[in-house]
Amino acid sequence: MANAIKSSVVDPLIDNNPITLQVLGVCSALAVTTNMTAALIMSIALTTVTAFSSAMISSIRNHIPSSIRIIVQMTIIASLVIIVDQLLKAYAYDASKQLSVFVGLIITNCIVLGRAEAFAMKNPPVLSFFDGIGNGLGYSLILMIVAFFRELLGTGKLFGHVVIPVANEGGWYMPNGLMLLPPSAFFVIGLIIWLVRSVKREQIESADYQIHQVHRTEVL
Amino acid sequence: MAETNKNKGLIASILGLPNDDPKKTIIVAFLLCLVCSILVSASAVVLKPKQIENKQADIKKNILAVTGLLDESSDVNTIFEQFEVKIVDLETGEYSDIDPESYDQRKASGDPAQSIKLSQQQDIANISRRANLAKIYLLKEDDKIKRLVLPIHGYGLWSTLYGFVSLESDFNTIGGLQFYSHAETPGLGGEVDNPKWRKQWQGKKIFNDAGELEIEVIRGHVDFQVEGSEHKVDGLSGATLTSRGVSNLVNFWLGDDGFGPYLKKMSEAEK
Repeated sequence: MANAIKSSVVDPLIDNNPITLQVLGVCSALAVTTNMTAALIMSIALTTVTAFSSAMISSIRNHIPSSIRIIVQMTIIASLVIIVDQLLKAYAYDASKQLSVFVGLIITNCIVLGRAEAFAMKNPPVLSFFDGIGNGLGYSLILMIVAFFRELLGTGKLFGHVVIPVANEGGWYMPNGLMLLPPSAFFVIGLIIWLVRSVKREQIESADYQIHQVHRTEVL
Repeated sequence: MAETNKNKGLIASILGLPNDDPKKTIIVAFLLCLVCSILVSASAVVLKPKQIENKQADIKKNILAVTGLLDESSDVNTIFEQFEVKIVDLETGEYSDIDPESYDQRKASGDPAQSIKLSQQQDIANISRRANLAKIYLLKEDDKIKRLVLPIHGYGLWSTLYGFVSLESDFNTIGGLQFYSHAETPGLGGEVDNPKWRKQWQGKKIFNDAGELEIEVIRGHVDFQVEGSEHKVDGLSGATLTSRGVSNLVNFWLGDDGFGPYLKKMSEAEK
């Protein structure tokens, strides 16, 4: 049991990362990674929601009629997201203002529903809870890496503190405005996926379709 | 005792039903909705006071920011105490003696008894109704008004922008402009939050020499060589409609249907 818990937490960090291997939850990874504070709060919110929704769904998994399975899962996830949103509005008002709609959009984050459907429906609650934590952390890890590069190169700051003085304020660094726009997150995530897959070659998927050369003689 | 046994029997019989039984489907759906709605409403009710407190603190913070008094190191509430909160009757420009604490201008705008319907010509800010009374904030020094903070709102591209504009003691020079709530496109219309852009408003004059309202957000950059540049602000690039919306709402609220009568009265009293 202890081993199973450990592997369900550690596996999704790199070996089975929801963003880099499964390429899920990319939408919010683009939207909330312009600074590290927002990314951190989003990570905590998503990890909490994934863990608790998995545990709750798993505890009633034997009594969920398969015809309304997805609706039941969505209802539980949506309720948890609303609660998290309310908590943020009460205790982290500035952050919730910054994240605005993206907290609410956790409902549609594929990672949460993906874990509910693929794991929590077949495994006991405690294991599902830790699976949720693991996947949340895998998502958080990528979010924090992307936010690190975007905030540092885009504004010269980390967590809002000046690290590299920018040219506008008398420093030497000319910030790269592209890093603050959503497409830059695609580049950073793409580079991370490339890096991970060149180290762990087993993650490389076989091509769906192979272009093969057609010789002139064959056509004739 | 018999009662609990009976209950147990009922629960067990429901749990014992096969999962694809329509009866069980309905019961599970119903119970799930019940539990979830209790959780959601409980969290909303319990956390409400704290959230309202946050919202009010945020509005105070914005009022301080728009007058340039915001200081991260000291408490917002203590600085805010310097302000005098007043209710103004927009029609006459007189102060009203309604308790400012209990008055909610946003709510009043929706109430037919406390607001007027704007005609299409009047309604340049696209707000359809305007409250009769407005809550304003005064910063006084030796009984003279030093700064005046007026609430403004109007439609941009996607959303209603809510904010404040502050005026200096001449009731003509803008001290600052800030929006605390809007849902414009981040990076385009959302740049109304950009400190650099907001800074341009400082020192702009709202009335020309003839005493007519003249303040505008223009397309592109303001040419400071040309006469009248003190009435003009750069538009936001890529956000023509938001810029136009801001221009219109500032014109509405400083104009005759907004704070115009009040401002006129105040500047006459000054002379």
